[in-house]
Amino acid sequence: MPKEVVKRMTTAKQTGAPLLEMRNVKKNFFGNQVLTDINLKLEAGQVLGLVGENGAGKTTLMKILFGMDEIRETGGYGGDIFLNGEKVNFSSPFDALAKGIGMVHQEFSLIPGFTATENILLNREPKKENVVSLVFGERMNTLERREMDRQSEAAIEKMGVRIDENMLINNMPVGHKQFTEIARELSKEQLQLLILDEPTAVLTEHEAVALLDSIRGMASRGIAVIFITHRLQEILSVCDKVAVMRDGCLVQNVNAKDTSVQEITRWMVGRNISSGENKHRQLAHQNVIMSIRHLWVDMPGETVRDVNLDVFEGEILGIGGLAGQGKLGIPNGVMGLYEAGGQVTFRGNEIALNAPRRCLDASLAFVSEDRRGVGLLLDESLEWNIAFPAMQIQNKFLKSYLGGLIKWRDEKAIRDVTEKYIDELAIKCTSSRQNAKELSGGNQQKVCLAKAFALEPQFLFVSEPTRGIDVGAKSLVLNALKKFNQESGVTIVMISSELEELRQVCDRIAIVSGGRIAGILPASDSSEDFGMLMVSQVK
Amino acid sequence: MSQLVKPASGRSSGKGIGAFLAGNSVPIMFILICAVCIPISGFSVPYLLNEIMSRLGRNAFLILSLLIPIMAGMGLNFGMTLGAMAGEIALIFVSDWQIWGIPGMVLAMIVSIPFSVLLGLFCGKILNMAKGREMITSYIISFFINGVYQLVVLYMMGPIIPIAHSSIKLPRGYGIRNTVSLLNMRQSLDNAVSFRIGGVKIPVITLLIIAAMCLLIVWFRRTKLGQDMRAVGQDLQVAKDAGIDVERTRIISIVISTVLAGIGMIIYLQNMGNLSTYSSHSQVGMFCIAALLVGGASVDRASIGNVFLGVILFHTMFIVAPNAGTKITGDSMIGEYFRVFVSYGVITVALIMYETKKRRARASMGRQLEAEQQEAMRA
Repeated sequence: MPKEVVKRMTTAKQTGAPLLEMRNVKKNFFGNQVLTDINLKLEAGQVLGLVGENGAGKTTLMKILFGMDEIRETGGYGGDIFLNGEKVNFSSPFDALAKGIGMVHQEFSLIPGFTATENILLNREPKKENVVSLVFGERMNTLERREMDRQSEAAIEKMGVRIDENMLINNMPVGHKQFTEIARELSKEQLQLLILDEPTAVLTEHEAVALLDSIRGMASRGIAVIFITHRLQEILSVCDKVAVMRDGCLVQNVNAKDTSVQEITRWMVGRNISSGENKHRQLAHQNVIMSIRHLWVDMPGETVRDVNLDVFEGEILGIGGLAGQGKLGIPNGVMGLYEAGGQVTFRGNEIALNAPRRCLDASLAFVSEDRRGVGLLLDESLEWNIAFPAMQIQNKFLKSYLGGLIKWRDEKAIRDVTEKYIDELAIKCTSSRQNAKELSGGNQQKVCLAKAFALEPQFLFVSEPTRGIDVGAKSLVLNALKKFNQESGVTIVMISSELEELRQVCDRIAIVSGGRIAGILPASDSSEDFGMLMVSQVK
Repeated sequence: MSQLVKPASGRSSGKGIGAFLAGNSVPIMFILICAVCIPISGFSVPYLLNEIMSRLGRNAFLILSLLIPIMAGMGLNFGMTLGAMAGEIALIFVSDWQIWGIPGMVLAMIVSIPFSVLLGLFCGKILNMAKGREMITSYIISFFINGVYQLVVLYMMGPIIPIAHSSIKLPRGYGIRNTVSLLNMRQSLDNAVSFRIGGVKIPVITLLIIAAMCLLIVWFRRTKLGQDMRAVGQDLQVAKDAGIDVERTRIISIVISTVLAGIGMIIYLQNMGNLSTYSSHSQVGMFCIAALLVGGASVDRASIGNVFLGVILFHTMFIVAPNAGTKITGDSMIGEYFRVFVSYGVITVALIMYETKKRRARASMGRQLEAEQQEAMRA
């Protein structure tokens, strides 16, 4: 047994406390309770699988543990965290690192033009003194390349997966980038606990197997691992324990060998709310209004591959799936906001991709998930926000003079339509002239909807309409969408991470997994069925 | 027991000659221009070589000062003009003290350093507030500091800052004359040790200083600070997450660049032999940056090779264009016009190419996705 392992194990034994213990950890973001009373224990050398739907609170919990800035900036957390029996409260990730916690985030944190070695030892390079550094301080020390190679090789050896330590990150396949990140954490001598946030999401099957072996290797060296993934099979094959989170609560914490994929899926999505809220309509699904063939979209983090989808006239179609699987890419690609290819026909006419104006001209509209970036003119009044696209695209709210040579804004018409939507959607504001950025998130979302409604489209994409808004605003927004669909006969495609929400509003729900449509089910089907689809092709 | 995971597919190793031409279009264009203009201008080869050697010694150090901010991801440092002004102020003092020759130069370099450091700190602090817009910001800062410089040199030198020697003072009793003669310093460095090969004068000491500077830059890249700068230059956020003090690193890179520019300006002016108090610095940044870009550098990548290729090509064009212009059109102004026009043009082209390259990289990812999909469909 290596010396370090013995040391680690003896410290744990001396104190008699588990490596990590969380007691009643809770967190709220501005009144929204996102974590409630999490209790968790982890021993050295154990592997814990952490699963849950998006928004269940996994990432928030890990951020608390890792001392990320955003936790402190949003008012800290409740409860206590103990490391080797000692209470800790990290004020920055650097403190967490010093105590031996390492984390591999979902997004790569690597310097593209550096080799694996340079990245593994970034800002921890072994150095040599020289004449200049004696005068100007230690930053003028030269790097000891040979020692760097030795250390990174040792870290890669520890990981057990061979990668070329002299290859530039730029030239690496995605999987190797992931391994470089893991090797970086392993090269830290003091590492006791490694958090892996969906590490296999970007790996090929072969690489994923290698990673699982490597996790077992780490555990046998006495390093505890928290492994977050959506691939449940992996959890069962590598973890000692499985913790399932749902709606900010830890709903199950069991030994991996006592459970099954079906059981975990049920814990993940199972809810106590009855799903009878949506009176499912029987639509005569005959008229295909939009048909998508072989669509690919290059949206970073939401890549879409070979999507084929038919949308029927008058329905509300939901698109769900886990984060990063490509559901957001579909509307953004069709509407021309990200580079896309394939074929999209609307009412029999082909729609040019990569040309947002053509889509809008064909009376499609899009409420973007990026409210502040794409959705709103933050420094302009509500009137402008609501009327602008209609004015720009359909020449509405304009008065023509001299046979259309000069066009003036029709201020009164603009005010009237704004007032109308303020009433209808209960937008909380001081007046129709208030600037959009002064409104709360929920009210901003309503303005985005009003903007799309004012276009009077035949087809509406709504992307993550309830992200980051409170419960009251949520139901208002969802009801407004339903009403718009029923009264104006507009076909709506709604993209959301929250399955329950889709089941309340939609007629059919398509689940995107691995960039493809994994299946389309009626909204009345059981949560488990949707859950299985969600993880079916996760890559 | 380690497993070997093979990369999914090896990258094709370059796309041959087309990629090479596309990647080096600017230097190739200038080689063509020079190839056409040299015979037309009618200059003899020894004359041309002599001129190029002289200008290489004059300019190379200044251009080398641009490399470090590029490494730190701050783009082309238009703020090197600040260092040039510091160098000029030092030279004014030294000529007032009547210390000439190499001792005068060394003293001027020493005197310029505190001014350069102060200006560099100021510039670096401001550029940290304007991340991602360093080039335009440093360009405007150089205009602003130019105003301060004029205030100091035109009004303060004399009444507030003692200037004794009347040969450099304006007749009204304060302020500095339009030109300060550096005749007693002229080419003292270049001539200290020099010999001729086939009629071409080789300024040995100047070249040695430039060579030492190159070695220093190569060495600097291997230091911890150099490594940090490269990291900061490539990804600010990742560098920050790794605990590198990003702000400080960026400031240091600008300070180093400003100090080097000050020293470079002194080498430049000793070669010229006089100092145009109010205009020497105004275009030096522009021409240095243009020369670097002509050498094939881009906003985010520049090497020592780019510096030398750039100096040679850019100055060859500078020398031959007026004469070639005269021969073709009978008007010498056309060549003069041409070289100014080309400097601005080359900077514009470089900035546009930088943006299109980024965009093209983005588009190629889409193409790749499409190809993958079609492959999968065929399978």
